[in-house]
Amino acid sequence: MNKHTPDLKAEKIEGGVHASVRHDSAHKHVAGTAVYIDDITEPAGTLHAGLGLSTVAHGLLKSVDLSAVRAAPGVVDVLTYEDIPGVNDISPSGMHDDPVLAEGKVQFHGQPIFCVIAETREEARRAARLAKIEYEELPANIDIWDLDQTTHPQVFPPLTLQRGDAAAALESAPRRVKGRMRLGGQDHFYLEGQVSLAVPGEDDEVLVHCSTQGPSETQHMIAHALGVPSNAVAVEVRRMGGGFGGKETQANQCAALAAIAAKKLNRAVKVRLDRDEDMVATGKRHDFAIDYDVGFDDEGRILGIDYTFALRAGFSADLSGPVGDRALFHCDNAYFYPHVHAKSALLHTNTVSNTAFRGFGGPQGMVGAERVIDEVAFAVGKDPLEIRKLNFYDPMGVDGTRNVTPYHQKVEDCIIQRIVAELEESADYAGRRKAIQEFNANSRFIKRGLALTPVKFGISFTKTESNQAGALVHVYTDGSVHMNHGGTEMGQGLHLKVAQVVAEEFQIDLDRVKITATTTAKVPNTSPTAASSGADLNGMAAQDAARQIKDRLIDFAAEKYQIPRDQVVFLPNRVRIGNAEIAFNDLVKQAYMARIQLSAAGFYKTPKIHWDRSKGRGHAFYYYAYGAACSEVSVDTLTGEYVVERTDILHDTGRSLNKIIDIGQVEGGFIQGMGWLTTEELWWDGKGRLRTHAPSTYKIPLASDRPKIFNVNLTDWSEAYEPTVHRSKAVGEPPLPLGLAVLHALSDAVAAVADHTICPQLDAPATPECVLMAIERLKARKKG
Amino acid sequence: MDTALEDRFPTCPLSLTINGKPYTLDVHPWTTLLDLLRSDLELTGTKKGCDHGQCGACTVLIEGQRMNACLKLAVTLEGAAITTVEGLGTPEEMHPVQKAFVEHDAFQCGYCTPGQICSTIGLLNEGHASTREDIRELMSGNLCRCGAYTNIADAIEEVLADRASYREAAE
Repeated sequence: MNKHTPDLKAEKIEGGVHASVRHDSAHKHVAGTAVYIDDITEPAGTLHAGLGLSTVAHGLLKSVDLSAVRAAPGVVDVLTYEDIPGVNDISPSGMHDDPVLAEGKVQFHGQPIFCVIAETREEARRAARLAKIEYEELPANIDIWDLDQTTHPQVFPPLTLQRGDAAAALESAPRRVKGRMRLGGQDHFYLEGQVSLAVPGEDDEVLVHCSTQGPSETQHMIAHALGVPSNAVAVEVRRMGGGFGGKETQANQCAALAAIAAKKLNRAVKVRLDRDEDMVATGKRHDFAIDYDVGFDDEGRILGIDYTFALRAGFSADLSGPVGDRALFHCDNAYFYPHVHAKSALLHTNTVSNTAFRGFGGPQGMVGAERVIDEVAFAVGKDPLEIRKLNFYDPMGVDGTRNVTPYHQKVEDCIIQRIVAELEESADYAGRRKAIQEFNANSRFIKRGLALTPVKFGISFTKTESNQAGALVHVYTDGSVHMNHGGTEMGQGLHLKVAQVVAEEFQIDLDRVKITATTTAKVPNTSPTAASSGADLNGMAAQDAARQIKDRLIDFAAEKYQIPRDQVVFLPNRVRIGNAEIAFNDLVKQAYMARIQLSAAGFYKTPKIHWDRSKGRGHAFYYYAYGAACSEVSVDTLTGEYVVERTDILHDTGRSLNKIIDIGQVEGGFIQGMGWLTTEELWWDGKGRLRTHAPSTYKIPLASDRPKIFNVNLTDWSEAYEPTVHRSKAVGEPPLPLGLAVLHALSDAVAAVADHTICPQLDAPATPECVLMAIERLKARKKG
Repeated sequence: MDTALEDRFPTCPLSLTINGKPYTLDVHPWTTLLDLLRSDLELTGTKKGCDHGQCGACTVLIEGQRMNACLKLAVTLEGAAITTVEGLGTPEEMHPVQKAFVEHDAFQCGYCTPGQICSTIGLLNEGHASTREDIRELMSGNLCRCGAYTNIADAIEEVLADRASYREAAE
């Protein structure tokens, strides 16, 4: 389809950077023609998998009798750990603690023990139920709340951050509050579950279509499990039906199983988890127990603080180490702590190994920070917003002393004051605060609550080597462009943004740039699309590739037309060479005839960043993204049920690459954060069985849960402090903790039952039950 | 199990119309409409989200009514006329709801979109929604994990406001 006729007189290209262009797959999404892994036409003879999962949380495998499974109709093979030709490990942390299939013992309820391969998915799943497995059950730790953090085994070495002398500051502080908060986890609930389709090739080759955020890591894990070099494995993904961190490492198990079966049987094999299996057998956001001890003055200024962030790691390390690190990196949120000591505890449990989830521990750190603000506010009897403002880092441009993080990085780009001030104004915080007081005074059972919470989120992978990206750009002789990079598309519009960057560079209309599936065969050794870094890293790498080609075109034109290089200027869809203008397509054709290379591999690595984990010091983040949300709720104090009446958001994406895409990310991030902190409750029973393993019992936000009034804006004045791609800022994760405004509005409403004299210490998720219990607790204390 | 379920329970003949095209099929009594569409007929526009009737990703129209295809056994649909996302319009001539979803960017990852669109058409056919509140409530059976609810409601509101043109296109 080539209907395009470039406008050679245009003043501006169509769809360059900062243009609000719609998602590239829009027309396919509405027609059902956007292809996800499970929609790919299956090769003839494709086999299907069913998993055999552990039914105990911790135990030795005394006997595994699979004879009935093997004899079941349609079954072609049954894989156990013995069928893994390479290494039975897909640990991303290097701890060698993540088996593809359980070997000798099981470590959580729902752990895959075997994998049935059958002619149909139905047959595979039915057969998987016929296994006779005997366990010798062992004691299991499920919850972390009562574990001894000093002696309990940890899955990865914990981190300590320290600046100043927190102990002394706490001792000498005029006021001091200690407390503990329980903070729940979150299931990703990507609408498209985990899925891989492996197609065997010649010799040791295999092609795996996998719904993964990290194709390179999936490739390396498959190679490792197959015992073949990475060059034998190609992993490809055009798009995912949602990722949210749940397909950063968690895609690897299905991918490895599909590849192993495909190579063993020499037939294509698809592994697609059922929703319940997906929820039971794959990792989630970590739940935390947060201990805090804060010292402050009578005004509410924090003087010293001590935190412990203990998390439920599950049975293996997976990404728990870095998740715990990022919780500590965000335990300050937007606040300066003069003296701080914070440590993580990565507690081993006999539950599924928890993993990345949008924010990667950062939101959990900020929940701790905001609980502390609430405690201080109630202690000194002020509006929490006043305490927030009192403790902010110095604003950008102020040469002050309150600008160093607990990890010793100087905060140079702080714009939270302006964001909060503008939001306070636009949301009429003061007016509504007053109105709510009046409402509550006259309303016996329904109480309203209001809160305005800030967000400061650090952008960069803390694993330095992950901050690199590659891209591949081809210009064909007709002037059309083929673009590929290491990032993956999961709905966040990454491919579109990168294509906008490439279009801008060549000054050609966006529809001349072809977006293509991410594949390890085109761009190698890429980082997972995570840490909000997709556009920052891949946009720069693609820009680099485009610039190389452009440079060659300039050299060529300068020489051919005998003019200085600076007289070759790329204009929309054309190039001015001296006084003449020729179509971009014509220049490309001429360059080809002159044997100019029209393809380039681009590369980018984030400058400036460094991080020494052993010392807890470094310039961990290239920059920060900021935002704030103001939410109002009404709570029925007889039932604990609540409604989000209104939310106003002002969020900073620098000079946005694409506003409509970014606003979608901000809205969606807020809603996901709100869900995490309110209705999404993961519940394991004493036996370690997840009892909320389907949308029947696990409640993500619905259309009707969205705030009744929802005003979302981007700062139109901000730009990245560092030279990021067109001065834009990352947007994937930073909006998620905006959901904190709802939790704190609920807390504010609950506090109304005791006239705002007692800090409600509302834990999360603040389900209606949890809210009701907090109300009853406050009522009892008020009486007592 | 001594004999395969397939031997004990023979397939059943089934005639129905999907997107205006008549089909004469033999299906297992346990095959859901969703599996029939996706696996047997390769109409993969309809998505499988939870397979429990709780997420709405598989919503299709049966005689104009919205229905979770994962909860409907195919054999119960003798003679029925089914419309899936593939049968709504063409790239050149999109259904007004498809068009509105594109114009309002009413999706992110897109996985719930076919279900949202079919559900919207069902909603419009039901004729109960007249306000934005109604839309939000009556669309709450279709989950969107990306949280694109604002734009989805905007898209539906636009079509609702322009009911005349919607009816015209439906005829």
